[in-house]
Amino acid sequence: MTTATQKIVPFDEAITRYDPVMGLEVHVELNTATKMFCGCATAFGAEPNTQVCPVCLGLPGALPVVNAKAVESAIRIGLALSCDIAEWCRFARKNYFYPDMPKNFQTSQYDEPIAFDGYLDVEVPLEEGGTRTVRVEIERAHMEEDTGKSLHVGGATGRIHGADHSLLDYNRAGIPLIEIVTRTIHVPAELAPAVARAFVTQLRDLIVALDVSDARMDQGSLRADVNLSLSPKDSGVLGTRSETKNVNSFRSVERAVRYEIGRHAGVLDAGGSILQETRHFHEANGSTSAGREKSDADDYRYFPEPDLAPVAPSREWVEELRGTLPEPPSERRRRLQAEWEFSDLDMRDTVGAGALDLVAATVAAGTTPAAAKKWWLGELARRANEDGTDLADLPITPEQVAAIQGLIDAGRVNDKLARQVFEGVLAGEGTPDEVVSTRGLEVVSDDGALGDAVDRAIEANPDVAQKIRDGKVQAAGALIGAVMKEMRGQADAGRVRELVLEKLS
Amino acid sequence: MSDLTRLGAAELAEKLAGGEVTSVDVTRAHLERIGEVDSRLHAFLHVGEESAMATAADVDARRAAGEDVPTLAGVPVAVKDLINTTDQPTTAGSRMLEGWVPPYDATVVARLRAAGLPILGKTNLDEFAMGSSNEHSAYGPTRNPWDTDRIPGGSSGGSAAAVASHEAPLALGTDTGGSIRQPGAMTGVVGMKPTYGGVSRYGVVAMASSLDQVGPMARSVLDAALLHEVVAGHDPLDSTSIDAPVPDVVAAARRGDVSGLKIGIVRELGGEGFQPGVQAAFDGAVEQLAQAGAEVVEVACPSFRHGIAAYYLVMPSEVSSNLARFDAMRYGLRVSPEGVPDPSAEQVMSASRDAGFGDEVKRRIVLGTYALSSGYYDAYYGSAQKVRTLIARDFAAAFEQVDVLVSPTAPTTAWRLGEKSDDPLAMYLEDVCTIPANLAGVPGLSLPVGLADDTGLPVGVQFLAPALADDRVYNVAAALERLVAAPVLEEVR
Repeated sequence: MTTATQKIVPFDEAITRYDPVMGLEVHVELNTATKMFCGCATAFGAEPNTQVCPVCLGLPGALPVVNAKAVESAIRIGLALSCDIAEWCRFARKNYFYPDMPKNFQTSQYDEPIAFDGYLDVEVPLEEGGTRTVRVEIERAHMEEDTGKSLHVGGATGRIHGADHSLLDYNRAGIPLIEIVTRTIHVPAELAPAVARAFVTQLRDLIVALDVSDARMDQGSLRADVNLSLSPKDSGVLGTRSETKNVNSFRSVERAVRYEIGRHAGVLDAGGSILQETRHFHEANGSTSAGREKSDADDYRYFPEPDLAPVAPSREWVEELRGTLPEPPSERRRRLQAEWEFSDLDMRDTVGAGALDLVAATVAAGTTPAAAKKWWLGELARRANEDGTDLADLPITPEQVAAIQGLIDAGRVNDKLARQVFEGVLAGEGTPDEVVSTRGLEVVSDDGALGDAVDRAIEANPDVAQKIRDGKVQAAGALIGAVMKEMRGQADAGRVRELVLEKLS
Repeated sequence: MSDLTRLGAAELAEKLAGGEVTSVDVTRAHLERIGEVDSRLHAFLHVGEESAMATAADVDARRAAGEDVPTLAGVPVAVKDLINTTDQPTTAGSRMLEGWVPPYDATVVARLRAAGLPILGKTNLDEFAMGSSNEHSAYGPTRNPWDTDRIPGGSSGGSAAAVASHEAPLALGTDTGGSIRQPGAMTGVVGMKPTYGGVSRYGVVAMASSLDQVGPMARSVLDAALLHEVVAGHDPLDSTSIDAPVPDVVAAARRGDVSGLKIGIVRELGGEGFQPGVQAAFDGAVEQLAQAGAEVVEVACPSFRHGIAAYYLVMPSEVSSNLARFDAMRYGLRVSPEGVPDPSAEQVMSASRDAGFGDEVKRRIVLGTYALSSGYYDAYYGSAQKVRTLIARDFAAAFEQVDVLVSPTAPTTAWRLGEKSDDPLAMYLEDVCTIPANLAGVPGLSLPVGLADDTGLPVGVQFLAPALADDRVYNVAAALERLVAAPVLEEVR
């Protein structure tokens, strides 16, 4: 157990003495209409225990039947990760007792995964700006079924210990999962947290592009476990690893890696040893706490699932599925850079900010690439940073950004007013048009109103007016400024200038 | 005893079709017979009088209305209590499932219902089908109608005794290592284990998934084939079910012609260790087949001698996993540990499994858990699977030479209750002849060929054929059935 006296070594210090050895396991809940081995619905958020049947409840005599759509999704994920696809593979039973597991074994895959030996090239944003491409090797991607959900009632922590009683919901039991396991990721220590985050983020993008899962970390349809151990620098000695679960956002992936590096370093510095255990990540303070102790003695007694026939996807089918893959992310980046005429630096900044898809969607909605980049990497990046959230999670859509740029292009607002429109949209005041009208932000270019304001400015500044009459045209700025001030920045500055010069010529 | 219970299924079907009898009469006659003798046999764990009579009345009404009904409509059947029925409890012979009424029918039960067979009740068995004597039923043993001091075989001993004693003309059993054929031999009835995948396992409480198979029991080869035809065939709910047409077993059972067929005696399944009366009855049966025109040769299946060892690794391994679901969380027995004021889920699971499972079940769970353990897997489960492959190769090589294999069904006739209770290994050896068919997935049928001259008890002969050639064993068995004096039980004794 973590004790109050446990010392957490600052990350920068920890990595001067230790090298992290890191691997990631990502569970993806597929978006198939039915479960992995039965016909039950998979909708999120249904009343507990309403999406169940004899098969997913593990009733005596019930037998599984493989969901072909789930196999298809698994193969497409494998192909998108440049994996080999097994010509023949089996399911296996992973045997252990837990109340939310109806059969007390999980039907999974063991030494014969459907996909293996792949990689994902991820763009990792660097602190000094720009990005670096890191190849994360994929050991395997395999199919399995999800367990039910336990709800522990009464305890302080929502955990089983100390709870008065527990409730079980089997709606989730049997939902198809793909587990993607990386090989050990070898990167400079200081990059490890960013690599972990970039991998999960870009894997999510890929999953979404494949349309095989909602891939929502907040709903648990994409779950990342961080396996981490420390090795004393240049020692070649491998440490004991912890497996951190309950990591529910991309940012948390990064934080979990940083925290565990500091925690391991603290334990090792004090001459202690790391327990092989699962850790729970806590969103609120970015720390982890001890979960179930694991050991190599954990024996799941895997054996081939006798109730299911082997899965043997034909090569024709695999090739047919390869034809359905979306453009690989790295190729897409190259294509977009060329189309957008971005410099390498522009592109790295865009990817590094997690703005690639957002810019692309904004461009698709009619904005120039340069303008789209300007908003997402400028005003909006600043807001995301302030709010501590990801760009993609800001409450504004690329279509709305394009609409605001459209207002500027049409001369209805200027850049300064546009910032207020962004503010209004982000505050949930409605569409850009609605914000413009409710906040009264439209630029005034009506000659009547502007003419009156110019007349008042001339009257209030006779000296300036005289200079202009004498031919000092550059003095017009003072009168324009006065008009803008009176009209709270909503005047069409170009037209004001024309009116001033007309009236004083 | 009513005359109606003396008739076989084919004869009953004919009389029902001809309007000579009604299903209500036939079903009531069998229910009365159960009432008359079952207190001495304990073949049934539950009698479903109400639902059986309702089905019978329904079939009669449909016939009376001129509706075209299936061949066996109205002929009653007994169902092993391992097979789920929504209108009768399914206990698997275990305290663990005492009183449990499944929310769904097994596919074979759905097919019985669709074919209009009244289900008389659920028959006794060794707990979770683990045993060769029915002594491991948590509800007390079934007795052999030929001698109620003796066991009826197992684990489908209840179904066998019910058919032998005329409580039912037909019954369904399940066979994992001989559990249909061996009790068939012990009680003098026909018992057939179909090709693995030939009959759906959906809704049959699993013992060992890669070995279990549902099959018919009856007093004649034709009757067994008629029931086989009703329950067999592809089921999309069972991934191991074969998507191929069912061989015409009924035609084969009517044909019964061995002239020109090559029949192989399995050298390893006979001789030393076999009861002389069994061996003599077997030799006589083979002689009859030769006289009827079959060419009889001896074939070697050297790997069969490892069958029991491999079976007692594969079967308990699968048992240990299949029975893990009985954890008191969702259904079945729930026991709180004594003296523990606020037990955890784990403690309740443990106490419930301790109270709910009998010794033989626990023995196999422990064996299987051990065999699958890391570090032992390759030596035990892995080696056993290799033996399975070798046994399958022995079968393949043998079927290159002969059409059908033949052996005694069991090395002995029925033993006395309690005789082997203290010696599980001796009991395991009783399955030596039947196990290879399960390990290889091939069909096997046990035919009663008479009474042993040393014990006066029924002896069975087993025929084996290649996978999917279920019709072949029916054909040969039907031929021999005509030549031998089938043992007829006059009255329970």
